[in-house]
Amino acid sequence: MSERTMKINLGPHHPSTHGVLRVVLELDGETVVDAHPDIGFLHRGIEKLAEHRSYHQFIVLSDRLDYLAAMSNNLAYVTTIEKLMEIEIPRRARYIRVALAELQRIASHLFWLGTHAHDLGAMTPLFYMLREREAIMDIFESLTGSRLTPSFMRIGGLAADIDGDFIGTVKAFTDTFADRVGDYETLLTANPIWKSRTKGVGVLTADECINLGVTGPMLRSAGNDWDIRKSHPYSSYDEFHFEIPIGRAGDVYDRYLVRIGEMRESAKIIRQAVDGLPEGPWLAKEARTVFPEKKELNTNIAALIQHFGLVMEGFKVPPGEVYNSIESPRGELGFYVISDGGARPLRLRVRPPSFVNLQGLVRMIRGKLLSDAVAVIGAIDIVLAEVDR
Amino acid sequence: MNVDLIMDNFGGGITGVTTAHDEITVAATRDILIPLLRFLKEREEFAFDFLTDLCGVDYLPALPRFRVVYHLYSLKYKHRLRVKVAVEESDPVVDSCVSLWAGADWHERECFDLFGIMFKDHPNLQRILLPTDFVGHPLRKDFPLEGFKAP
Repeated sequence: MSERTMKINLGPHHPSTHGVLRVVLELDGETVVDAHPDIGFLHRGIEKLAEHRSYHQFIVLSDRLDYLAAMSNNLAYVTTIEKLMEIEIPRRARYIRVALAELQRIASHLFWLGTHAHDLGAMTPLFYMLREREAIMDIFESLTGSRLTPSFMRIGGLAADIDGDFIGTVKAFTDTFADRVGDYETLLTANPIWKSRTKGVGVLTADECINLGVTGPMLRSAGNDWDIRKSHPYSSYDEFHFEIPIGRAGDVYDRYLVRIGEMRESAKIIRQAVDGLPEGPWLAKEARTVFPEKKELNTNIAALIQHFGLVMEGFKVPPGEVYNSIESPRGELGFYVISDGGARPLRLRVRPPSFVNLQGLVRMIRGKLLSDAVAVIGAIDIVLAEVDR
Repeated sequence: MNVDLIMDNFGGGITGVTTAHDEITVAATRDILIPLLRFLKEREEFAFDFLTDLCGVDYLPALPRFRVVYHLYSLKYKHRLRVKVAVEESDPVVDSCVSLWAGADWHERECFDLFGIMFKDHPNLQRILLPTDFVGHPLRKDFPLEGFKAP
C-alpha cells in the first residue's frame, strides 16, 4: 500500500455482493490496484454435519447449499449415493428429475439476471424476471410444498409422483417462455448502457478458466463448450435434444448471452421431458433406501420394521468411495462421498462451483474500475451459502 | 486410460491402484506427488488439465490418519482420475500444487483450515472459511460436533 492508494471494504453487507461476501479493495482513485476476497461468513459446517446425519437426512442439508438451485443440489446428491449403491432409477423419475432441474436452472438464471441488471442500474428487468420466476416457484410449491427448499428427490427416486395439473402448468409456462426471453433481450441485449457496462469487462480466457477450475457459464462464455449434461449425461439428458450456447470473449456480456441461451434451451428440455413423460413407477421400490408406502404400515409387519429401521438408524451403504457431478446453474457441482459401511458417511465433500468460480475474481478486477468490480461479482453468479457451506 | 504408464514411471511411489464404480484411484506417496501430478497434467496420453477438486479426509483411528484427495479431469479425453496421498498426523505436510493449477489455492487453504494439513510452498496458507483466530480444525474426527470450547 502506498500513499496514493486507499483500502475500502466492499461488503460483507453490500447489495452488490449478493450475500455476505467481503472484498477488501485497494484503490488508486477509482482503479482497483488489488483485491482480497474474504469469505466464510455463512459457514455452517455442512460437511461436518453430514458425518453426523444419515444419508437420507442429508437431502435437507443439500437444499441449503445453493438455495437458488436446491433441486440441482438434491439431484447431485441423490445421484451420487445411487451411484455408490448401484441403484437403478425408473425412467419416469429420471424424466421428472430433469424437468425439475431445468426449471430450477431457469429460475436461478432469472434471479441472477434480474439482480445483476439491477446492480448495473437497470431497474426494470428485475420485475419481469421475478414474474416468470414466481411462476416456477408456484410450480415447485404446488408439487413439493416449498418454494426454495423442496427436498423433493429421494435416494431411489422422488418424494412423490407429480400430481394435479403439474404437466398443464409446466406446458403453459414453456409455451410462453421463449417469447418472454425475447422480451428480456429487448431490454438489454442492444442497450448501449448495458453494453458499455459489460462488454470487455471481467475477461477470463478459456485457458485461465481451466487453470482455475472455473466451470459452467463462465467457461462456456470463453468459447469452451464443456457441459456435463453432454459430456457425461446423467439422469436422461442423452434422450433430449438441446444445444450448448457458447460465447467468445469471456466477458460479462458474453456470460449474459450464454445464460440467456441456456434459458431457452432449458425450456426446450422441459418441454421434451413433460411431452415424452413415460408412465410407470417414480420410485425404485425394491431399493433398501426407499420408505414403504404409508398405507402398508398398518397391515404389513415387514414394511413397518423397514420403516422403523430407516427412521431410527438409516440404511447402511456398502464401503467405498464415489465422485459424481452434475451441471448445476453455476457449473460443476460434485459430491465426493466415502462410506465405511455404516449408516452415516465417513466423509462427504461438496465440490461447490461458486467457491471455485469466485477465485477468478481477483484476476478479473485487478487494474479495472470499482464499478467494473460490481459488474464482475454479479456476473460470476455466486451463492454465498454454497461458497461458505 | 493407460494406468500402466503411471506404474512404469512412478512404480515405487504408487502404493495402489483400484477401480470401483468406473472410477480409478491411484494411491501415491507424498514424495512423488508433485512430479506425478505434473506428469498427469502434461503427458499427452493423460492431459489432466483440470483440477476438479482437492480435499482432505480423516480416517481416525486408522494409520496413517489423513489423506489428501485430488480429483483430476481431462477436457480432451473426458476421463477422471483420483489421486490419494497418505499424510501422517505427526507430520501433516504435503507439497502445494498451486504452481500446476491456480485453482488449487483456495482448496488447499480450505484443507488447511478444516483439517490442519499444511501445504508446502503455498503462496498464502491462511484460514479461509473460519476466522483467523479460530483454534482447532473442525473436520477432524476428534473435533466435537457440539460443545467445542476454545482452549
